[in-house]
Amino acid sequence: MSVAPGGTGRPETTTPRLRAEMASSIEEWGRVVVEAAIAVGSLALFSLNSLSWLMTRWPRRETLLPIFYQVGVRSLPVVAVTGTFIGMVLAVQSYYQFSDLGLESRLGAVINMTLVRELGPVLAATMLAGRVGSAIAAELGTMRVTEQIDALTSMGANPLHYLVVPRLLACAILIPSLTIMADFMGVVGGFTYSIFVLRIDTFHYWQNSIDFVSSWDLFYGVIKSVFFGAAIALVSCHRGFHCGAGAEGVGRAATTAFVISFVLILFLDLLVGIVLDNIYLSIWPEGASLF
Amino acid sequence: MVSPAEPTYANLKDPILNVHRLHVAFGRQQVLRDVNLVVPRGQTVAVIGESGCGKTVLLKAMVGLIQPARGEIYFDSHNLEKLNDRQLAKQRSRFGFLFQSAALFDSLTVGHNVAFPLLLAGTYSEAQIKNIVSSRLAQVGLPDAVMTQKPAELSGGMRKRVGLARALAINPEVMLYDEPTTGLDPIVSDVINELIIRTKGIYPVTSIVVTHDMRTAAKVADRIVMIFPLSRLADEEPQVIFDGTPTELEKSTDRRVTQFVRGEAGERLMEMRERTHEL
Repeated sequence: MSVAPGGTGRPETTTPRLRAEMASSIEEWGRVVVEAAIAVGSLALFSLNSLSWLMTRWPRRETLLPIFYQVGVRSLPVVAVTGTFIGMVLAVQSYYQFSDLGLESRLGAVINMTLVRELGPVLAATMLAGRVGSAIAAELGTMRVTEQIDALTSMGANPLHYLVVPRLLACAILIPSLTIMADFMGVVGGFTYSIFVLRIDTFHYWQNSIDFVSSWDLFYGVIKSVFFGAAIALVSCHRGFHCGAGAEGVGRAATTAFVISFVLILFLDLLVGIVLDNIYLSIWPEGASLF
Repeated sequence: MVSPAEPTYANLKDPILNVHRLHVAFGRQQVLRDVNLVVPRGQTVAVIGESGCGKTVLLKAMVGLIQPARGEIYFDSHNLEKLNDRQLAKQRSRFGFLFQSAALFDSLTVGHNVAFPLLLAGTYSEAQIKNIVSSRLAQVGLPDAVMTQKPAELSGGMRKRVGLARALAINPEVMLYDEPTTGLDPIVSDVINELIIRTKGIYPVTSIVVTHDMRTAAKVADRIVMIFPLSRLADEEPQVIFDGTPTELEKSTDRRVTQFVRGEAGERLMEMRERTHEL
């Protein structure tokens, strides 16, 4: 084996190979970063154009109603069922921690506060992303691959106005109702399990809930849900519009729509939560209730 | 054969469509290079060529569904590239487009599909829309009974006819047909060809028919343009390898044209055999 000049003792083939590997690795990372930047830019432009169409012209009632029915009415049962179970699971998980400290009568405050501020909105949004978001991406993706979106465009219609705006409106307007349903059923589930199975005192359960959970907390969750709904609609429509060819492309569009929506829900949960808390503290520094 | 460098129709004044030095690429893959096509009003042009040579891309670029990398497309002296979204939408409403898959809206009934461009125009009453839908369906040989059916319930030929009825709903000035007979049996194909001819007989429409079906091209076209895949052309060779009448096409001595017209694989078969042998 030859030795590299300078007497380092390293084989001379190592450096070029290492350089090539590093260059390839940097190139790969660069490609990933550029593709991510393009994807974010594309989604941002798509969202801005959709919002501009939303401001320009309201969709027709005949277009809106079926989508509202699909997004709102058809999602209610699944949101109600999951909300109930989440309330019960919260009761089960919290009870043993709180009973060790002798604080089981505070269970109502913990369950209800967690539900209306965090779990209710996030759960409703996750259900919406799974049930409606994926369906939107698959439907629009199929329309893309079967040239239906091209047909719409070739007739002089704007696909954003006809396909995206109604779905954006439906998700953003109806998700607060779904959130309230998830909250309500979670509260019912948590209450039922706590009172009838864990034998918590009813009076203390509700008294602690009323003491700790304010109308602001409910408002906080509902406001966050509007952002979640808009994000789900925009991400899902964007994925559908940029769907790859064939059945594989449609499947991938549906999957990525859910994954991106879910990550975005958690990101917005953090971001909007911080903003809302700051707004609340700047208006009511003493921590007063909204109503 | 007509020289592609000096197209017969290039000197016509006031063409309805003028494609000038069009280049289209998808990423690094160039599909159209320096393509020129001038279409006078009222003419039916068939664009022929092998699968993947860029015929559909050319058709879609004509209504701005695909953005060219370079070159201009003039529709009735409007440069499509220079129009804003609203102006482009207005110009697009002067086109009718029959897509290869018919591209009917799955969620709507046949009646609503045909009515869609009329509703979009916003100038027709409900009674007028009903009459026009019924007459367009009759024009393509479909009974009123199909109005309530969903596209999924129709056969391929019926879907194409509904697509044609929808494209004709607002009496377009230019009809674009993308592979109108692909996937149809010879009899239904002939019905579609007759409909294309009949449409021209009813009112003056300019038609561009993209096809690789030579029977369709020969039957409906006043003029035939053949484009060739770039992958099999040298750098300086023009992509439009034939531009002339159906009679001139028959007399063409260009081997690439005659092979296509006769449906002979020629050197493509040799290439395929060599590849199979290599494997």
